[in-house]
Order: sequence, then C-alpha cells, then structure tokens
Amino acid sequence: MLTVLYALLYYAAFIIFIGGTAYRIWGYWKTPAPAVIPTTPAPITRTGVVWRMFKEVALFESLWKSNKWIWIFAMMFHLSLWLIIVRHIRYFIDPVWTLVVLAQPFGKYAGFFFVLGGLGLLARRMLVSRVNYISAPSDYLMLLMFIGIGLSGLTMTFVSKTDIVGVKAFFLGLMTFNWQPLPTDVMLLTHLALVAIFMIIFPFSKLVHAPGVFFSPTRNMTDTPREKFHPVPWLPPVSEVEFDPPHGAKKKG
Amino acid sequence: MAEEEKVIEELTSEEAKSDPLYVPEPVEGAAAHIQSFKAAPNFQEKLGYPGEKPENWKEVALEKMQELRGKFRSFRLFLDICVKCGACTDKCHYYMGTADPKNMPVARADLIRSVYRRYFTLPGKWFPSLVGARELTEEVLEEWYTYYFQCSECRRCSVYCPYGIDTAEITMASREILDQVGVGMKYTNEIIGKVYDIGNNLGLPKPALASTLEDLEEEIEEDTGVKVRLPLDEPADVLLVTPSADFFAEPHIDGLIGYAKVFHALGEKWTMSSYASEAANFAMFIGSYENMRRIALRIRKAAIDLGVKRIIIGECGHAWRAAYQFLNTLAGPFDFLDPKYPVPQHICEYTWEAIQAGKLRFNKEENDWIKLTFHDSCNVARASRMGNYPGGQFDIPRNILKAVCNNYYDMAEDTIKEATLCCGGGGGLLTDDLMELRKKGGSPRMKALQQATEEYGVNKMAAICAICKTQFSKIMPYFGYGMDDIMSVHQLVSNAIVLPGSEQEAELDGTNEEEAAEAAEE
Repeated sequence: MLTVLYALLYYAAFIIFIGGTAYRIWGYWKTPAPAVIPTTPAPITRTGVVWRMFKEVALFESLWKSNKWIWIFAMMFHLSLWLIIVRHIRYFIDPVWTLVVLAQPFGKYAGFFFVLGGLGLLARRMLVSRVNYISAPSDYLMLLMFIGIGLSGLTMTFVSKTDIVGVKAFFLGLMTFNWQPLPTDVMLLTHLALVAIFMIIFPFSKLVHAPGVFFSPTRNMTDTPREKFHPVPWLPPVSEVEFDPPHGAKKKG
Repeated sequence: MAEEEKVIEELTSEEAKSDPLYVPEPVEGAAAHIQSFKAAPNFQEKLGYPGEKPENWKEVALEKMQELRGKFRSFRLFLDICVKCGACTDKCHYYMGTADPKNMPVARADLIRSVYRRYFTLPGKWFPSLVGARELTEEVLEEWYTYYFQCSECRRCSVYCPYGIDTAEITMASREILDQVGVGMKYTNEIIGKVYDIGNNLGLPKPALASTLEDLEEEIEEDTGVKVRLPLDEPADVLLVTPSADFFAEPHIDGLIGYAKVFHALGEKWTMSSYASEAANFAMFIGSYENMRRIALRIRKAAIDLGVKRIIIGECGHAWRAAYQFLNTLAGPFDFLDPKYPVPQHICEYTWEAIQAGKLRFNKEENDWIKLTFHDSCNVARASRMGNYPGGQFDIPRNILKAVCNNYYDMAEDTIKEATLCCGGGGGLLTDDLMELRKKGGSPRMKALQQATEEYGVNKMAAICAICKTQFSKIMPYFGYGMDDIMSVHQLVSNAIVLPGSEQEAELDGTNEEEAAEAAEE
C-alpha cells in the first residue's frame, strides 16, 4: 500500500520537478535582456564572464564580499548538499560509478555539515532583526524541510540501519516500471516524503535560484555595450524612428 | 513620536557617527513620511502617460507588470530568485541613514514582489500568507510611490547579492508601472518634458546658452590671456554633450571651463549642440526605454547634423551610464563616426589619453593648497567602464587628479570604487521635497569623508557627476564643510593647466628665463 502511494508520489514529484523547472527556465531563456547591464567592474570577454560566474557559483564571491557569517553557513550548506547528492546517485544506477563509490564517506559525513549549515541559517533568520523582517513563513519552513531531510538521513545512516538494498530496489523498480516493495521504517518514509515535497515545490519557489543564477544579466553579460551593437528587440531600428524636431520648428498638423 | 526619537538617538550615537558603514536596527515606518510631489496631469501626458489614475488602474498595473516580465529578463528573474538571505540588507545608504526596513534592498523589492506573487504564482494564489503575498490596493500603490522614490538606483546592493539582483531594475520597472496608472514624480517627469520642449533639463533655450558660453569665453580670457572658445552648433570633429548643470551651476561650470581649456590646448575642433544640450537622461530613472531613446536620439541627430567624428560626454554620472550602456543600444549603430574611438567616450578618457601622451602641461603647485579626495559616483563605478580594462573608471579620474594635484588621498577602501556610497541624491531624488532623505542618505559618504579629513586633513572632494556635485554642495554644510568643498575633476585640471600663450605660461617660463639669466651672470 505504502509502496503504491510512494511510487505515485515520486512519479508525480519527478514530472512536476522536471516539467516545472523546464518551464521556468524556458521563461527566463525567451525573455530578452534588452540592454547590456552587468554590474561593473565586469569582464570584457566571454572567458572572463565564465570565470566570474564560476567564482559566484562555486565560491560565492558576492556573499564573501557581503558578510563572512552568511558566507560560512551558505558554503557549508551548499557544499555538503553537492557531496550528499553525488553520494545518493548510488541508489539510482547499477553498477555504481567509481566517483560515486569514492563519494560515499564524504557524502555521509557531509550530512552533519548540511544540518549544521541549515541550523546556522535558521538561527540567523530568527535572531538577526533585519533578516527576520524579510522572512515569510515559507522561508522558515524551507529551512526546516532541509534540516528534516538531513536529520532523517543522518539517523538512517548512523542509528537505525535502514534496509538500503530495499530502497535501491524500490527506486530502480520505479525507473524500470517493475515496482519493488518499499521498506517501511518511519525515518525512511519521513525522508522520502520531505524530498518529494522539495521536488514538488522547487519550480514554484525561490529554489529556482539554482538554475536562475546563470541567467542573471548583472553577472552573465560581457561589458562591451560600446564595442558590440546590442539592439532592444521590441524597439524598431533607428532608421524607422523620427527625431524630435529642432526647437522653434512649427509642429506638424 | 517615540519611534522617530529612537532612530535619531541611535543614528546620532558616537558609534554611529564615527562609522560610515554603521548599520542601525530597523525601525518600521521611519521614512514613511518622506514623499516627493507627484506630477501634474499635463506633465504625465507629455511623456505618453495618463494624466489621472484610470478607473481600472489595478488591471492596468498588473497588465503592465506582466508586460515588463516579458520584456526584461532582469525584472522577471529578480522577482523569482531572491532567497531572502539578507546579504543586501545592510548595504543601502538609505537604510543606513533612515533605519526604515523598507529601504533595505530586499524589502524594497518585496513591496512589488509580494503583489507579483499574489497574482502570478501558484503559491501566491493558493497560500498567500505563507509566502508573503498580498493584494494590490490603493495603500500598496502609495507605498510603492513612497519607497520606489527612496531608491537612487545606485546598484550597490547588486554587488553583494549572490545573484546580482539589482534593485535599480526593480525600481525602474515599478516607476514605469506607477507612471502607467498616472502616478508620476513631478521632478523627474517635468524635467523630461523640458528636454522635449527646450532641449535640456534646465530649460535653457539657445540664446541663453549662447550668452552663457560667451560669458565663459570672456572669463577664461581674463584669467589666462588666451582666447579659449566654447563653440555652439558649429560643424566640428568632436561633439561634447555635457549635463546642462555645467552651463550655470557651481562647481560644474568650472568643469566646463576645464574641458574647454583641454580642447584648446590640444587644438581640437569641437562643438556643443543646443538641440542636444543635455547629457543627462532622466528617462533612465523612470525605467522608460521609449522616453530614454527619444532623448538619446538627440545626440545622434546632433552628431549627424554637425558632421562630427567623435562623441564625448562631460562629467555626469548617470549620463555616463546612459551613454555607456544605452546610447549604442538605443540610438546606434554609430557607423558614421570614426571607428578608432569607442562611442561614446568620457571626457576623462580623452583628457587622460592626452596626459599620457605628454600633450598637456600642468603646474601642480596651483592646487597645492588642496588636500584632495575623489568620490566614485555610483553609476560610473557600478554601471560603466572607462579605458580598455574593467575598473578603468576608478583609475582614470584618479590618474588625472594625481597629474594635477600633489596631495591626493583615498577614503576608506570599503567605501570607494565598487563599494562606493551613493551621494544620496541620484536616481531622480535631487529635489528639495526630499531634502530629509538626501541628508540621511548622504550621511554614510559624508562620514567616510570626515574620516579622511581626520586622518589626512582632506579639505576638498572631487567628483565627475553633476548630481553628486549639486547634492554635496547642498548637504556638505551639515557635515562641517563648505558648499564649495566639492569640486569638478576638470576644475582641478583647469586650475593647474598651463595653456600655450597664456599668462601662466609666461610667468613660469619667464621666471625660468630670469633665473637662467642670473645663473649665467655668475
């Protein structure tokens, strides 16, 4: 019974996650950036822009400039997230890639830093009055969701010894349409429910900052508005526009 | 009002007064009473906006919001990807100066984001209070007007945001939406109207302009003994487009004199245009690409009519942004100009090139009584470039100043260049009805200057922005300086430059001749 429920839940979550995110990205893709507005100083070559984007995404350059505390917690949270995700790939492929095998211990202990980072961000949101002011209930819930995912995951790894062979069989079964029974311990069910919620809300929430950052015109544009002609798509070309008449000239009609 | 007293008490504490980047605790509504006059209907209509709020203003506003989401990737994206990390909350000079939390960049964006979420997103439609979504009401519209005209579009916030969210883009879009429902700002919209009617922000018609330029020519001749010209509407190689404040305000006018002397020393055939007698482009402040283009096209037409080969922009901050980031895009391509030079160039690029080539002569001692610092104007720092490498906009003005002045000092590193603190008067806020905001918003920069005075004895600050110069001359007296302690960069150039055939030259070389004669006798 639970197997059927979670199978359907994950099919739905997957479709919503992929479809919804693709829809959002499509929206950003097709919307023009009509003027060349990188925040300067900005790179004047494509390579420079790639490097700037890399520094932003991998090293959180702007956060470092802004505030060291937020940089530490955000870095901890996100770095751990990537290690955890890479480690989790083992549940979805067979045989498992070497990289993923190597990632196992890193991904497991990263779980602690993931939760620690999340708690740090939560504390900041509650205790710093400026951040508190701008926080909606969803901002707190989002953090609680991540912390919940982390804690339930850590519990499964280090405390309650979930039947991970059964978990892998379940997910491989979903992917091959040959459903296998889902192990039923509470921690696993909690963990999977929270992750499904994450997938479902992703396209409708601020989580789209993940693909979104790459579209930011203040970071991804080359600073060459003088050198390269970059017309505004919805304005007619200059040849079709009338100038204002010289001052003192009689108005037409 | 206990709230107001709390703010005043905190912001005047010793700690607050000595730290330019002091961050106060938020006090709700601290700046809610600060609002500028709204534009009269005829001024709205001149710009193509409704004169009055239409019956269906709510639908019109939401339609416009959707339209802008389809036209501006920045607006569309920035509404979605803010994660409320708070990195920007302590970066805005208006928050630092007023302590009003709605002046925190993220909160300013939330004023419209909350409405966007309510009408255009699933969570906003189904669980509004969960995600901070709200209805668009008359009160919300008023709030937009209050706080979107407490942003100078200086982009400081975009430096520190992990995604580069630029509140200036949000402010511009919000002002455009407000204009579309007949709610416009008197100051900005009247001025744009003046450009259409007369050609410049100040409403100076050609005869007044010509007369002013003649007076300046006389003044320069009296000072130097040299006939330096300030040509108007003459065919030439270089078209100078400068902020109209350069024609009559202090210290701007001394900058104009400086450009004229530099052009003269280099034998350049240059001109200004009465039709395009304004570098500034206030349509940029209200986020109207259509109006921005209309103003920018004047520069194109003047360049064509006067047969010039180069366009050079004078000392104006947002005009330089409008020229650097928008002129080519809105009024280009400029295939008919000399491809050897970027279109447009900044007068500082022009002067620095000449200095590097050794073509200008200076007597630095003329500026020895000055202990100088330089204010990086926000639009120049964060929305432009000079020269051929990123960051040239910081170096080139400083290089010029060091070439004409012996005593140069920078303010604290975290208050200059990329991190520069806006003067507090930009983005269309340079109006007397916002004086309280201007003082409070300008105080972080003023405190940084006070630090430099304490440490190095700095007594003058130079800038290359007409708004900064006017703003500082107004607020500096509140911080212990004189109105004339803000200077144009080309004013310092003008002080020190030795023109060929001038009295200054004769004095310098004559003295040398005397000394040489005395030495020969021994």
